[in-house]
Amino acid sequence: MLHIEGIEKDYGQVKALQGISFDVKPGEIFGLIGSDGAGKTTLFRILTTLLVPDKGRATVGGLDVVKDYKQIRKGIGYMPGRFSLYQDLTVDENIDFFASVFGVKVADNMDLIEEIYKMLRPFGKRRAGHLSGGMKQKLALCCALIHAPKMLFLDEPTTGVDPTSRAEFWTMIRSLADKGITILASTPYMDEAERCDRIGLIQNGKLIQTGTVPELLQSYDTPLWAVYGKNKYLLLKALRAFKSIDQCYPFGEAVHVNFLPEVVHDKTMDIEEALRKHLLIWGIEEIKIKSQKPEVEDCYLRLTRND
Amino acid sequence: MEKLAIKVKNLTKSFGHFKAVDNISFEVKEGEIFGFLGANGAGKSTAMRMLCGLSTPSSGTAEVAGFDVRKKPEKVKQRIGYMSQRFSLYEDLTVRENITLYGGIYGLTKAKIEEETKRMTTQLKMEDLLDHLVMDIPLGWKQKLAFSVALIHHPSVVFLDEPTGGVDPKTRRQFWELIYEAAHQGTTIFVTTHYMDEASYCDRISMMVDGEIKALDTPKALKKRMGVETMDEVFRMLARKAKRGDD
Repeated sequence: MLHIEGIEKDYGQVKALQGISFDVKPGEIFGLIGSDGAGKTTLFRILTTLLVPDKGRATVGGLDVVKDYKQIRKGIGYMPGRFSLYQDLTVDENIDFFASVFGVKVADNMDLIEEIYKMLRPFGKRRAGHLSGGMKQKLALCCALIHAPKMLFLDEPTTGVDPTSRAEFWTMIRSLADKGITILASTPYMDEAERCDRIGLIQNGKLIQTGTVPELLQSYDTPLWAVYGKNKYLLLKALRAFKSIDQCYPFGEAVHVNFLPEVVHDKTMDIEEALRKHLLIWGIEEIKIKSQKPEVEDCYLRLTRND
Repeated sequence: MEKLAIKVKNLTKSFGHFKAVDNISFEVKEGEIFGFLGANGAGKSTAMRMLCGLSTPSSGTAEVAGFDVRKKPEKVKQRIGYMSQRFSLYEDLTVRENITLYGGIYGLTKAKIEEETKRMTTQLKMEDLLDHLVMDIPLGWKQKLAFSVALIHHPSVVFLDEPTGGVDPKTRRQFWELIYEAAHQGTTIFVTTHYMDEASYCDRISMMVDGEIKALDTPKALKKRMGVETMDEVFRMLARKAKRGDD
């Protein structure tokens, strides 16, 4: 459904995208995961025909994003990162407006929007600017779906939304994918990776890994440990003074740690015991060291450790 | 006995018949990192406004940094720091100008401001960015700078309102390490967030539902009590019981 090949885009000196290539299959949810400034929005703007790439090509449903931009626009829905509906218009007026722009009636594609439309119903006469974050997001999705697009582009749809609304949102996205709509969504939050069929990690304009979440977790290439201690500030200081450590960073209630290759491969060394002794000397209280299964964030931090 | 930075008793704020904050009580120790969670519309912002001395309680009491928020709101404001994702720094001023402005607001001398500017930019490794406009520096840097600026007058308590939305895991961790350091030095951290991985960085968290505090404990104890693995599940189990609509 979506084919991207060697896309590059510069803004003056800044290389926003440096050769992005990937494919998204029909009915798939593909998550683009990366930080602010990684190039997510630039890629979205190219794929939605709002920006022309410097190099490379992309097709949406077989249509070229540069040559066939007019046709593409009829067949896609785009929800930009910033709330971009008319704040002074009511919920109903926004929906009617977007329907008229695409030359459809709200009733035409009711099967697609019904679920969301019902939730918006009680707020029909309220101005969009006065909705809560979760409701704004639902309205934006409703407007992006009004013309029954084949593909949806969602740029950070869940930023600034509370966990309950985020969970609801992803459930809606899944049911849209089940109806055959292809979805490209971006997020800075790694826990949302689990909601996608496949993900791509993007950093400094480069795609550093693509695959399913299990594939990503499987590719983690070294043993990982979770270390606990009473005072996290002192614990981090003590860990950074331990020479065999490669990476160490706070992770929830623990600090995640992995070791340099020479230590990992040294079968004669009990690294756990050595670390425990080191932490005792540093006066760390309530020490606990456990083997840890990597999560998506661990993979991201491993893949970007040399940046 | 450990000293308290925040002492809240039966705090309530009503707007007409609507109780935005309904009889909440809790305490935060000095140097503690306290997470203040709740869904949209649960009453977090209203409670936080009262604790910052910006809104007068309808009933109940709150003491922040040793001062009563009702009787001495101006004293409270001098002794706290505040940072939010939505507003913290002036985008069209440079890094140096922002530091000078906030230093001036809190009554620091010129010499002290210069000293703080130097200390801050060295700590954050931002020496080269001093004369750049804030709008031109990356979001992650902005957040770290905003946090340091909120600490410029060495407040006893700093309020962080959804401080780190939208940044990558690496930058988020650098930010939290700044928080750990400040807490270790005795600053009390009061933080609201929508992101449950951040909640697990806190020493203790409270969860607000429909104006009331429905749970308050360490992240570990909350997960254990509810029999779940993640803070996200804790949040959803509690928030599900909310009667107030998301409007």
